[in-house]
Amino acid sequence: MKKYFENLIEAVQNFLIELGEITYFAGRFFKEFLVPPYELQELLRQCFYIGYRSLFLVGTTGFIIGLVFTLQSRPTLEEFGAASWIPSMVSVSIVREIGPIITALICAGKIGSGIGAELGSMRVTEQIDAMEVSGTNPFKYLVITRILATTLMLPLLVIFGDFLAIYGSYLVESMKENVSFQLYFNQVFSILKFSDIVPATIKTFFFGFAIGLIGCYKGYYCKKGTVGVGKAANAAVVYTSMLLFVIDFIAVFVTNIFYDV
Amino acid sequence: MMYNMEKTEVIIKIEKLHKQFGTNVVLNGFDLELHKGENLVVMGKSGSGKSVMIKCIIGLEDYQGGSIKVADKEISELDRKELDELRTDIGFLFQGSALYDSMSVRENLEFPLRRHPKKIGKLDDTTPLVLEALESVGLAHAIDLMPNELSGGMKRRIALARTLILKPTIILYDEPTTGLDPITSKEIILLMQSIQQKYNTSSIIITHDVDCAKAIANRMILLIDGKNYAEGTFESLQAATDPKIKAFFK
Repeated sequence: MKKYFENLIEAVQNFLIELGEITYFAGRFFKEFLVPPYELQELLRQCFYIGYRSLFLVGTTGFIIGLVFTLQSRPTLEEFGAASWIPSMVSVSIVREIGPIITALICAGKIGSGIGAELGSMRVTEQIDAMEVSGTNPFKYLVITRILATTLMLPLLVIFGDFLAIYGSYLVESMKENVSFQLYFNQVFSILKFSDIVPATIKTFFFGFAIGLIGCYKGYYCKKGTVGVGKAANAAVVYTSMLLFVIDFIAVFVTNIFYDV
Repeated sequence: MMYNMEKTEVIIKIEKLHKQFGTNVVLNGFDLELHKGENLVVMGKSGSGKSVMIKCIIGLEDYQGGSIKVADKEISELDRKELDELRTDIGFLFQGSALYDSMSVRENLEFPLRRHPKKIGKLDDTTPLVLEALESVGLAHAIDLMPNELSGGMKRRIALARTLILKPTIILYDEPTTGLDPITSKEIILLMQSIQQKYNTSSIIITHDVDCAKAIANRMILLIDGKNYAEGTFESLQAATDPKIKAFFK
């Protein structure tokens, strides 16, 4: 029992230490990202890798979610004679919650683990040290560019994913009810309010920041060896996924305070 | 190898260097002087702190005590900008080459060049400078290859070319021949000698390789228990009767 208690205390201590280190890492990002020199070329390259190369995965997932969501909910709504509410229900749930969180979770898996593994591998093969000794600040070149790229790209990916999810929903509806594209999307946009779109979009910036931050932190301080790289990639996904739900909860809580929805 | 160090200035001076990781003391009162144009070999057992020592010189590792002066500047007192500026004057060859594996050979060499245009003075076209550095290691034909297409020896040479691209006056070699076959090791040693003659660099070479030390050392330091155990030319140390010193030359 005593040993169990000691292990628990140690785990809590380690968690708090890591939390402190991540906070310090985030603080360093804010301290350094506005100070020249700016690595614009690398930022654009990262935006391309993170944004463009995730389009297919995010788009496919969004599209299938839209299809499945509509197919699953239609029978129940039909039972209550509320099938005409499908465009409204799909759009609100996709835009406010499902789109951002699913896209962020997919990106945590694809982008977060990729960043963790890439930086971890660079750490263990001394590439980060080589950058440092060549008189380049690796934090600026590797970390700031990646965090900024994920922060800027995630909202765009979410919008893209949302659109394809709603389009997927429209395809099901057009097959079942022969609804026109214009009518379906008119109904979608008529129900969406400012308080649905803006807070949902703002929180995606935080999701993107969290994905970049944790991926970079885990990779940048990766322990030696190939095991260390694997652990960095894995921990990046696990920590980010947990953090995404925490951010989502806070975002919903704050939105409710301001918009009474 | 004849070398008159009394007539030349000291460019790196380490005094009573103390470095520890947790409770593990790695360096405990280590001293070193590197003279201009000198090749100084540091030998010691694995884990004796040789690599840590050169990482302290370039500012990759902090140290808990003592002093490291490079060109009369105390390393621990430099801010980030000053340290980066000083680093452009020091080349560092990593044990594992540390080439950026997402970049081609050309991009690897251009990387430091693009960040320090003032150091070279011209930047419109970096190709001549990249080619010059690659030619000095005999690998101009590899300019567009990726690191994963290179052998271990080629990687080491490209890393050396990247080290040379900013025309440093000091080069720190971290086990330059480790992991290479004897023939490639000999090629690297010859390359180090030719670089020293061509660019008049001063070097600290960390090695286990007695052949490398014999070929290149003007002076040697044996690092045992975190301190300078013995110092002298290769020949004088090889002739020593102390069993700890003799163990290095067996």
